Amino acid sequence: MIAILTRDIRLAVRAGGGFGLGLAFFLIVVVLVPFAVGPEVRLLSTIAPGILWIGALLACLLSLDRIFALDREDGSLDLLATSPVPLEGVVAMKALAHWITTGLPLVVAAPVLGVLMSLPVEGFRWLVISLAVGTPALSTIGAFGAALTVGIKRGGLLLSLLVLPLYVPTLIFGAEVARAGATGLDVETPLVLLGAVTCVTVALLPFASAAVLRMNLR
Amino acid sequence: MASIWEYANPKKFTRTVDVLLPPVAVLAVLALVTGLVWGFFFTPDDYKQGSTVKIIYLHVPSALLAINAWLMMLVASLIWLIRRHHVSALAARAAAPVGAVMTVIALVTGAIWGQPMWGTWWAWDPRLTSFLILFLFYLGYIALWSAIENDDTAADLTSVLCLVGSVFAILSRYAVNFWNQGLHQGASLSLDKEENVADVFYFPLLVCIGGFVLLFVALVLLRTRTEIRARRTRALLARERMT
Amino acid sequence: MIPDLGKYAGAVLSSYAVSITLIVLLVAVSLWRSRRAAQALREVEERVKRNG
Repeated sequence: MIAILTRDIRLAVRAGGGFGLGLAFFLIVVVLVPFAVGPEVRLLSTIAPGILWIGALLACLLSLDRIFALDREDGSLDLLATSPVPLEGVVAMKALAHWITTGLPLVVAAPVLGVLMSLPVEGFRWLVISLAVGTPALSTIGAFGAALTVGIKRGGLLLSLLVLPLYVPTLIFGAEVARAGATGLDVETPLVLLGAVTCVTVALLPFASAAVLRMNLR
Repeated sequence: MASIWEYANPKKFTRTVDVLLPPVAVLAVLALVTGLVWGFFFTPDDYKQGSTVKIIYLHVPSALLAINAWLMMLVASLIWLIRRHHVSALAARAAAPVGAVMTVIALVTGAIWGQPMWGTWWAWDPRLTSFLILFLFYLGYIALWSAIENDDTAADLTSVLCLVGSVFAILSRYAVNFWNQGLHQGASLSLDKEENVADVFYFPLLVCIGGFVLLFVALVLLRTRTEIRARRTRALLARERMT
Repeated sequence: MIPDLGKYAGAVLSSYAVSITLIVLLVAVSLWRSRRAAQALREVEERVKRNG
């Protein structure tokens, strides 16, 4: 399983898409927002948590279809499915690899972009924490969507349509933590709920994803 | 009366539909016309809401069905996953567009009702928002069905999507509740007499709900039969090409 | 015959119009597809029978 993890991360890095692309996309989305809504500091700092969360969500979405599609094309997915490693574990590892190559850089980069969005200083800590707690759920849900659409050519758009509604709870709680943190309100309740959503998806969704993959490979 | 699973046989199901569909359809039309005419022409205006109260005869039944159609799809998906009855999977597929249309009706009538009452077409109220999310789930489900060529794989995948989607729909419902307090009033139909709508509106509303439910049943029967026939046609064509 | 709807006539009538249109469209599409599916099946079945 560790081998799968390192292999996926290495592939993502070699392809040059992994760390760089999602991060660059995140940056561009955040940079474009002030052009659209105007450079007023007060407005920007109010919407900053939401914009940063939306940017992270879209950046995550961007690289989802590659989780399984490439392996499906060259046949290594069939090999993985017949290998002694349980498919659930494979899915979990692939989601983890996706998180390390996409989610983790977003978490690290978020404070820098927070500066661009003139996020209040108190908000930085909670923004990073909310992203760190929430993005694993995004990757796991994304892996489920990718497993659903793995057999479909040009499934990218369908993938977004399927995955985005599933992102709603994570987005609500995550953005709420970041917003409450930035305005100095109580963050405990939304943070606990966000953590609960993440725990449940990370624990249960790989089983659904693996079942879906088996159906697709049959 | 034999077991309900006999209807899992597509031939038997089609024959049953042939018998059942005309009376159900006639009843549905009767109930709908009665309920709507009764509601539209023969009920008084509400003292607070004026004549807009008449929208209730469309809004409440369609909203009820929008949720229950998804519930029915969930049950049908479970039956397909556990017992692998093709009719069940096809019934789930047949119900999805009906549920989606019901969701649209509930949203549109709600918006039209909200404009004079709350002074806005749309508010990010928990109930409204959950319905919008439900509509997105319907769209995803229908899109997934139509994207996959192999029938059995499509049935499998959409069933799992329906299960996972249900869990996330409930999660979203609570998340949205947490996120914003609502304008929307409580349930219009509950066992608690106090918060119920007045009797004058209650009985025509019940008739309308009955009409919508019958309409839903008729449409699902009809569309399931269509799906069965379409699948049989595909199978025959495939066999023809083989020989 | 038409009841007095007062100042909300537009809202009430348009919501009835939209809903009824949508329902009629849904029913029409379902019926049309049902008829087409039945016809396609009949054609194929006859051809299969003829060809043995």
